[in-house]
Amino acid sequence: MSSIEERVKKIVAEQLGVKEEEVQTSASFVEDLGADSLDTVELVMALEEEFETEIPDEEAEKITTVQLAIDYINSNLT
Amino acid sequence: MSDTPVKVALVTGASRGIGKAIAERLAEDEFIVVGTATSEAGAAGITEYLQQMQNPGCGMVLQVGDTDNVTAVMAAIKERYEAPAVLVNNAGITRDNILMRMKEDEWGDVIDTNLNALYRTSKAVLRGMTKARWGRIINITSVVGAMGNAGQSNYAATKAGAEGFSRALAREVGSRSITVNSVAPGFIDTDMTRELGDDQRELLQQQIPLGRLGSAAEVAAVVSFLASAQAAYITGETIHINGGMYM
Repeated sequence: MSSIEERVKKIVAEQLGVKEEEVQTSASFVEDLGADSLDTVELVMALEEEFETEIPDEEAEKITTVQLAIDYINSNLT
Repeated sequence: MSDTPVKVALVTGASRGIGKAIAERLAEDEFIVVGTATSEAGAAGITEYLQQMQNPGCGMVLQVGDTDNVTAVMAAIKERYEAPAVLVNNAGITRDNILMRMKEDEWGDVIDTNLNALYRTSKAVLRGMTKARWGRIINITSVVGAMGNAGQSNYAATKAGAEGFSRALAREVGSRSITVNSVAPGFIDTDMTRELGDDQRELLQQQIPLGRLGSAAEVAAVVSFLASAQAAYITGETIHINGGMYM
């Protein structure tokens, strides 16, 4: 089983069409990885599926970087 | 998505009139059709005509004014079939009155059922559509949204509003191959227009170059086209079906 960090990065890479090695933990989806607002919504949808959870809109809006995604999963699912 | 759809089409307000004609036409087009009505009896009637057409779809009770109900019905559709690929926002009401006499609830009810509902239903289907990278949202508006009509300031506001909504949403989701269009019928032969007196009907027909009321099937044919793969490059558009009374 991959770590949460690896799984998050894999999804980010798939959703945003970037290479996995480009997905730095500190990267911002919009500023560093070129996501538009619809991409970020879809990214959250993909995370919800991968981790079998529902992320409320208010929380989803705060997940703007890879680190914040990892943090959210860690604190809500473990 | 291929040219042979086995996708789910959701049609609100499908128990009679234009909505029923649209549901029947999409069933002919081999969509799995889910039609909604506000009552159990209405939903049962929809199930009955869909079954007669051998369509695996059904009628469901939906109050478009109730967000939780929209969420629940959407979950039920996904559970039973799959997420809708086509949404036809057809449910609508009128509460006609001249503005100087219009009560706040006459205004509010129409805005909520005809316009606020678009927010609820469209938002609910977009998740599935963005994931599928394919979708069709078709809003049934009215010639009244473009021309205006005395006594229908509430209704006209919702119909013009729906067209603006369609254009904005079309821009938002175009990159996911989801199209959002409006279909604006003029005077169509339905229960609503059958209530008019002969004099009114006569007067109306004089304003229509084609000299007659339209049929619900003629509206459904355009919806069918917009829902099809061939209409993939039409988005943010309003198609008028009114015999030339407004052009």
